[in-house]
Amino acid sequence: MVKLFKSLFGAPGADESKSTQKSDPVASSPVEAGQISDHSDLITVAMTVNGEKISRQVEGRRRLVEFLREDLRLTGTHVSCDTAQCGACTIHLDGLPVKSCAVLACQADGSDIVTIEGLADGDKLHPMQEAFREYHGLQCGFCTPGMVMSAIGLINDNPSPTEEEIRDHLEGNICRCTGYHNIIKSIAAGGQAMKGQNNV
Amino acid sequence: MRFGIGQPVRRKEDPRFLTGRGRYVDDINLSGQTRAVFLYSQYAHAIIKSIDTSEAERAPGVVAVFTGQHYKADGMGPIEPEMMPEDMGGPKGFRTANMPLAVDRVRYVGQRIAVVIAETEALARDALDLIEVDYEELPHVTSAVEAVKEGAPLIHEEAPQNKSFTLKMGNGDSIDDVINSAHHVTRMTIHNNRLTALTMEPRGCIGEYNDGTGRYTLYTSTQNVHGMKHVLSHQILKIPERNIRVVAHDVGGGFGMKGELYPEEAIATWAAAKVGRPVKWISTRAEAFLSDDQGRDLTVEAALALDQDGRILGLKWDGLHNVGAYINGAGCVPILFSLKLAPTVYDIPVVAVTNAAVFTNTAPTIPYRGAGRPEAVYIMERLMDTAAREMNIDRVELRLRNFIRSDQMPYETKTGWVYDTGNYAETLNKCKVLADWDGYDARKKASESRGFQRGRALIYYVDNTGIFNERMEMRFDTDGNLTILSGVLNHGQGHETSFAQMASEWLGVPFENIRLAQADTDEVSLGRGTYASRSTMVGGSALRAAADQVIERGKSLAAHFMETDADKIEFEEGNFKVKDTNKGMSITEVAQKSSLKMGVPGHLGAGLEGTGAFWSPMPSFPNGCHICEVEVNLSTGEVAIDKYTVVDDIGNVINPLLATAQIHGGVVQGVGQALFENIAYDDNSGQLVSGTLMDYAVPRADCFSDINVDFNPNASTTNPLGVKGVGEGGAVAATPCTMNALLDALSSVGVDDLPLPATATRVWEAIQRVSA
Repeated sequence: MVKLFKSLFGAPGADESKSTQKSDPVASSPVEAGQISDHSDLITVAMTVNGEKISRQVEGRRRLVEFLREDLRLTGTHVSCDTAQCGACTIHLDGLPVKSCAVLACQADGSDIVTIEGLADGDKLHPMQEAFREYHGLQCGFCTPGMVMSAIGLINDNPSPTEEEIRDHLEGNICRCTGYHNIIKSIAAGGQAMKGQNNV
Repeated sequence: MRFGIGQPVRRKEDPRFLTGRGRYVDDINLSGQTRAVFLYSQYAHAIIKSIDTSEAERAPGVVAVFTGQHYKADGMGPIEPEMMPEDMGGPKGFRTANMPLAVDRVRYVGQRIAVVIAETEALARDALDLIEVDYEELPHVTSAVEAVKEGAPLIHEEAPQNKSFTLKMGNGDSIDDVINSAHHVTRMTIHNNRLTALTMEPRGCIGEYNDGTGRYTLYTSTQNVHGMKHVLSHQILKIPERNIRVVAHDVGGGFGMKGELYPEEAIATWAAAKVGRPVKWISTRAEAFLSDDQGRDLTVEAALALDQDGRILGLKWDGLHNVGAYINGAGCVPILFSLKLAPTVYDIPVVAVTNAAVFTNTAPTIPYRGAGRPEAVYIMERLMDTAAREMNIDRVELRLRNFIRSDQMPYETKTGWVYDTGNYAETLNKCKVLADWDGYDARKKASESRGFQRGRALIYYVDNTGIFNERMEMRFDTDGNLTILSGVLNHGQGHETSFAQMASEWLGVPFENIRLAQADTDEVSLGRGTYASRSTMVGGSALRAAADQVIERGKSLAAHFMETDADKIEFEEGNFKVKDTNKGMSITEVAQKSSLKMGVPGHLGAGLEGTGAFWSPMPSFPNGCHICEVEVNLSTGEVAIDKYTVVDDIGNVINPLLATAQIHGGVVQGVGQALFENIAYDDNSGQLVSGTLMDYAVPRADCFSDINVDFNPNASTTNPLGVKGVGEGGAVAATPCTMNALLDALSSVGVDDLPLPATATRVWEAIQRVSA
């Protein structure tokens, strides 16, 4: 959880000045974050989502997860708790795992977003997705997109985590089906596969 | 066979889940759809004197506001229990009628009072705050033990002592004599605490009405579409079943909680016709805590009588099962199942158990993963460890002395179950080896050297699985590919894979050419859904019957195509062969040719298909041994699971990868109950105090270590596949196993009992009490 908040509000490795200004809900009002449209309560936001540049008008209170799910119809990002505790809505914002239920769409203006839909290369799964399949790291599938995004965030930060480090990292992601056992195995294997891929 | 029975086949359904292309109910949007938000009772028990919705109706974007008066005026009906004991030959009880929107009285915090339907969810929530309800508060009671006391407020005037019914089982007329004359009696008060399923996908639905056809469609997240259609037809809308379609696509977890129709689903369906637009409702997590029906909540006074050698002479317990304010859906099932399974795996000559359904001002309780069996096994295994400690008999030895032996099977328990197969002693010994039982002392010393107190427990459980009949259909497309139309309802179990494995093995159809159709009452004509670990046994056996019909029909068709008699055709590995010749046709060819426009005589049908059904009057009885080792930090009360081992007898294993994962998940839910999870109502206010994820402690990844699982299969004789259910055993066994291990660790400091859940605070407080 601490790590995710850090990543949201300026994490090591990210562009501190940019991410702090953009993500701090106090410092950055919707007016500053986006551009006011002629309809006074709508704000224009522009961002890159899964490699594609998009621009939309949104209400100031529109959360990023609603924006992705409803406005862009990217329904792979799920809502399970609305309170940043379960991790089902985890996406990557400027390369870092972020809970998209706790970010306003206008706060993500100008950012680079990757969702679960942006990982696979056509029919070829990302190594982390492939590992979840191989190790049966999912049952009902509802927490899975958030788990996979969170897992890739971990591996980007720590390419060879121990089991304990994986378990600690998943503190912010709840799964009710698997008992986590196979998720841990999947992430360990997915991490190895990602390393192999990076070496190529 | 790579994709056949017994192989750890990877799941067909995974690619769509892994790429974000699953289709859960909130992923569906219909043209013209409105959003519904519900008003929940703030009081545990109150008269509704009036509801003023006028301001809400005038709020921006509001389409309609409805209360129970509107619903009642339309002649709509209440949600009733799916079954009561009297429906099964038992005593008569008070049958509640739960109006989806309360009409004049609320009986628990979270009961629905009104619905706002608006253009968006945000606008509906804005308007919801403008509804004014004038309540007259009534006295309330939240615990079953308090509710049966004289002078307790009555939840329903028709149910004296707040009891709907009391069930009694066993052969126990002589139980008091047995207890009074026994060498040793272990007595305990045991409370099995209240839980919430906490499915990752919250409940949600969309009601739709077509005024041209007069048909309603309900898209929802459920374990049982046909059951919901039945309730909508017969109890809610009171229209013929043909005018109702219930559809679920992907379902994000159920655990029993999504097994029945909820008020929101009734209202969304009814209101869709009222407002002439689809009505969508999605629960927030806070609303889920309030409004999802909950599980467990049984308090028993138990006594176990033993002779001087530790042979059990008799078991007695009297239970109060807190059913909440209403008996919803399968709310009676946990009461029935806890009684039926009371003696669990032990050969007990006299059993006398009772369980009363007690009303309180709390959310209704219904089956939650295990439904009564976790309660029975928790009582028995707590009694066994306590008796062993009191009598100074080795805990494992006490169990071995009392086990029902495999040579006694089939064995009829004093509560009426007939256990078909199982070798408890062998399975126990296999688990001991896997868990390195004999190497424990070294691990205990190592824990102590790190400053932790180590404890362990071994428990043995049995479960009953395979309720109700089931129907499955197999239908070949004209291109020769196969569709399975399933009456059970996959919501994470992996049916797309396991049923395809079976069909592929039996019919020789390539695994990748098989599709599973399910969870749509227009596509599947009849089914019971998935709960109570029933799908593999009854669904799989019905699928076997469907496959047999496909083969029989295929023989007639193949005989026609190869110009011979059907009795000269044999079916082998996907091919219909003419006996003693080289002539043959693959099942794919037979399916394709049988679908041609010309050339197939009418009596052979058109296309290749088969239907099968299965019902077993007696369930199957999965059983197994769990061993848990914990480390306790005596200065903080924190408990860590250090080693967890399971050897399960689930009969023949269809897919070990999926079966093992079911056990993993069940164990963690069971440990969750033992150490973390608790639904709590404040006795003074009747408010739900564990209403957020900050208050309800759901297990997270860092609470566990690896879980080591193996099998000791003894094929069941109750079904042609020889399988036993696997969905719930983990949750049935893990709670007593964890608690007993924790109490073993604390025995050296003098703590011999703890309530569920044994949170760090409670453990610490217990240690302080004994050391004070």
